[in-house]
Formats: sequence, C-alpha cells, structure tokens
Amino acid sequence: MTPELAAPAVTATTPSNESMNAVRAVASMRWRMAIVLSLLMLVTYFAFVLGIAFDKPALGTLITQGLSVGIVLGAGIILTAFGLTAFYAWWANRVYDPALDEVARGGP
Amino acid sequence: MSPLLATSLGEPNLTSILFFFAFVSVTMGITYWAARKTKTASEFLTAGGNVTAVQNGFALAGDYMSAASFLGIAGLVATSGFDGLIYSVGWLVGWPVVTFLIAEPLRNLGKFTFADVLTARLQQKPVRIAAAFSTLTVISFYLIAQMVGAGNLVRMMFGIPYEAAVGAVGVVMLLYVLFGGMIATTWVQIVKAVLLLSGATLLALMALSKFGFNPLTLFSAAADQYGAEVLAPGKLVSSPVEAVSLGLALMFGTAGLPHILMRFYTVRDARTARTSVVYATGLIGFFYLVTFILGFGASVLVGRDAIKAVDAGGNMAAPLLAEAVGGTPFLGFISAVAFATILAVVAGLTLSGAAALSHDLWTHVIRKGVVGEKEQLTVARVASAALGVVAIVLGLVFKGQNVAFMVGLAFAIAASSNFPVLILSMLWSRFTTKGAVASIVTGAVVSVVLIVLSPTVWVDILKNAAPLVPLKNPGIVALPLSVLMGVVVSLLTSEPEARAKYADVQRRMELGNRA
Repeated sequence: MTPELAAPAVTATTPSNESMNAVRAVASMRWRMAIVLSLLMLVTYFAFVLGIAFDKPALGTLITQGLSVGIVLGAGIILTAFGLTAFYAWWANRVYDPALDEVARGGP
Repeated sequence: MSPLLATSLGEPNLTSILFFFAFVSVTMGITYWAARKTKTASEFLTAGGNVTAVQNGFALAGDYMSAASFLGIAGLVATSGFDGLIYSVGWLVGWPVVTFLIAEPLRNLGKFTFADVLTARLQQKPVRIAAAFSTLTVISFYLIAQMVGAGNLVRMMFGIPYEAAVGAVGVVMLLYVLFGGMIATTWVQIVKAVLLLSGATLLALMALSKFGFNPLTLFSAAADQYGAEVLAPGKLVSSPVEAVSLGLALMFGTAGLPHILMRFYTVRDARTARTSVVYATGLIGFFYLVTFILGFGASVLVGRDAIKAVDAGGNMAAPLLAEAVGGTPFLGFISAVAFATILAVVAGLTLSGAAALSHDLWTHVIRKGVVGEKEQLTVARVASAALGVVAIVLGLVFKGQNVAFMVGLAFAIAASSNFPVLILSMLWSRFTTKGAVASIVTGAVVSVVLIVLSPTVWVDILKNAAPLVPLKNPGIVALPLSVLMGVVVSLLTSEPEARAKYADVQRRMELGNRA
C-alpha cells in the first residue's frame, strides 16, 4: 500500500460495531430514498421517450390551440426533474442530516 | 414576417466586439485576483473547497450549458419544432441522478478526482491509471466537439477565420486556467451562466412580446406557418431500442462527466453539494424551457429558410432572432455571450483533465502518493498548459469534420465507464480492484468500438455502405456490459484488504466531516 494523501480525516480507531450499525441504518435509509427517486425519474423519462417511439400521433394531439400533449409532457418532465431534486434536498436536510448528527454524537 | 432578411451576422460589429472585450477584461480581472489566492494544489484544482451552494449551482449550470446546447437546441427547435424538446428533456434528467446517487458520497470520499472514491478501498495504481484513461478519453471527445464548434461558431458570428477562432478560445481559456485555476474558472462559469441565462431570458421575452407574452400564441403561429407537425414528435426518436440507448447514456452520463464530478470537491460538505445541484437543476431546466421558446420564436420571426440559408444545421437561429427583435446591438450581445459560453466550458474541461493527469497519474502513480505541495501545484499547471495545447491542436486537426456525435460518445463513455464503478464501489463490499479496472476498460472500449461501427461513423463519416452495428448510441450495450464485467471479475477475484476497508469507507461516505 502507498501512503494515501486523498483520505481526509481517516478515523484512527476501528469504529465499534454498535456505532457502525447505527451509521448503516441511517445510510440505508438515504440509499433507499435515493434509489426510489432515481427509479421514479428513470420510469418517467423512459415512458416519455418510449411514448414518442411507439405513438407519435398521440403526443401530437392538441389540447388547445398551440399546445400538444407532447409539449405538456416534455415541460412536465423538466418540472418533475426539478421537483424530485428539490424534494430530495428538503427531505435530506430535514430528516437525513439530523439523523446523521444524532449517530455522530451518539458514536464513541 | 419577412421570409429572408438582411443580416449583419458574420461581420464584426461594434457591439459584439465591445461586449466580448468587456467580458474578457472582467474575467481577466477575476483571474488576476484569483491567481493571488491560488497558492496550493487544492486551491488550484478545487478552489480550496470554499465555494458556496449558490455559486456552485451557477458554476455547475455554466459547465453544462454549452454553446452547443444554447445554439444547437434553439436551432433544432427552429428547424424541426417539438423534437428539440426531446433533447432538452434528455439532457436534464441526468441531474436528479447526480443529486440522489453521486453528489454526497463523492464529496465525502474524495479530494480532487472521482478516482479518489474508488481508491478509498481499492489499490491506487491500477485504478488510478484506468480512471485517468477514461477521464482523458471523455474529456478529449468533449473538447474536440467544443473546439470545432467554437471555431465554426466564432467564424460564423464574428467573421474571423476558423484557425484564429480556435487559437483565441484556446489561449484565453488557458490564461484563466493556468493563472486562476479553479477559483477563476468557477467565477468565469458564474459570470457566463448569469450572462447566458439573462441574455436568453431577455431574448425570449422580446420574442414573446410580439405574441402578447403568451407562448401558446407563439406556438400556434408556428403551427399556422409550418403545419401542426411542429408541435408533434418528428423523426428524432424512431426505434424504441435507440431511444432507450440514448436515454441511458444521457441519464447516467451526466453522473460520470469528470468536469461535473470535480465541482462537488469545490464545496465544503455533502449538504452544500446536495443544495448546489438543486440550484443547478433549476437553472438548467429553466434554460431549456427558454431555449424551446427561442427556437419557436426564431422559426416564426426569422423564418426557417432564412435560418437555414445562414447555416444548414440551424445553429444561428438564436443570434438571428436576437437581430430580428433587438437589432445589431442585441445580436452583438448574444454572439459575445455564446463565445463566453464556449470559453468557460473549455476551461472547465481542461481543469478536470489536469486533475486526472496531476493528481491521479503524477501524484499517485508516478510519485506513489509522496509529493510536496509545491510540486503538486506545478504539475497541475504544467498539465493544464499541455491540455490547452492539445485542445487547440485537436480543434485544428478536426477542422471541417462532423464532430456532433462526439458529445454523445463522451456521454456514453461517462455513463458506461465512470458511473458503474462509482456506484459499485460505494454500495458493494465485494468489489475488487480487478473488477473496477475491468468495468472501466469495458465501458470505454465497448463504447468507442460500437460507435465507430455505428451508422454515425461507419456510414456517415467513413462512407461505408452499411453499418456493422445498427445502434447509433452504444449505451444499451456498453453500460450493462460494464456492470456485468465489474461484478463477474470481482466475484472471480478476492481482495480481503478492500473488503476490510469497506466499513470505514462506508462510515466516511455517510458521515463526511462528522466522522
């Protein structure tokens, strides 16, 4: 092994099992949320492109003068992408960070 | 509306020159200020980690909103309507993925490059070499597309020769990077993002003012003029497999772009990284919606024939619209903004390449992790200078070539080479060094080979009759293969050291500087 410059603040002691389990519990909460939201984005986006691939006329249907279903969906996905990101940050700031603070304080 | 209008596009005009010099003077002032603050490698490569969430949000947006997306998407919308929106949506959906899966663990585990995350557990030398190889491949393709685009656009907008344009872009951006490092580059991105967003918004408002500020009135005017199909999907997405393949590359490619990943090291902690991507996603999403309006505005107010007469690809739609609604001064302003955009993107790319060369290859492979602060900084500067020269040479070599596919290729490699190893190393304790190298190399090699054999290169550029691989984008093959290789090779090899370190890495990845 070579000396590692890149590692900031490596914990000198091996973390105890108990504190490690607490970290893991909070971490898996975040990863679950992250993966669910990623899948939501993936499904929404692929539904849109596959909709285009399979049924172009449907997306070209006019809802009103100058506005097609496709434009509403496309703009909707742009807003959804932002909405999901904003929701995640709100959730992480409000739920995940405090939980981590707790674990970090409670740990040895 | 006039079907063909006289344009002063392509003739140097006073306002464009004034705006351009104003931009260069301001950014050179910033560079001078930044140069005095840049004394360590960490300040040079990551602005010392002192960038705020709002600043980084604008800088990320600045890195991502290239002249190609501004001019290209507006042009695509102007010439084919709805299809431009499909591109915009695709370019945006990668950002939530970056936010959810990458930004925070990356910030907590790394220092300068994404290889830091991998080598927190895996062996330095092989992983650093593989990661630097894929980083430099992605950067090169991205740089070629940007430099060739820069040469063409600047020639079209200002009327100066291609070679001079490429040289000017290369030299000015190198001054930012070489002297001001990441501090200057970040501020150049911020200035450029603000200019581009406000310029595009102003242009959209001026265009919309002719339609009672109602986009729907504009869209129906376009439908009246060119038929209802401008509001419906055209020929851009045809086969479902192709659509999914491109979608995968766009969705996971953003999360593997070295110059985007590097931005998360410029902020203090994971929370700031997370917040900054929310700003970036909002800004980029807004920008794409505005571009959509610009495209329709240009098709109605300038006319498709007039746009295609100037440039068959439609790239001059936005500048022509600026001239139609705001006269020569506004054309000058928008042209200068487009030039500033190119400069900033190229600077960001160069800096991330320099990080791979100096931090991954020099510090960790050649010097085995033992280098002084001064040497790191010097090497990073030399690497930047070398990459700047390479960028100019690539721009000259690829003159007149069709390089539009190269950005797609860069995304495909980023998605299939960098993204899988990042996720595997974060989430899988059995992941090994050999697995990581296999995954990176597979992703990069498969992407490049497939794209060379695809219709885009094999038929359109190499002039063969039929493609050897029917796919235009390699994402659907390269990404799963890369994951598969990473998993299979890891299962076949065993690395107890990497496994033993997992608990500690997990702790650091989640707790960050609380640990």
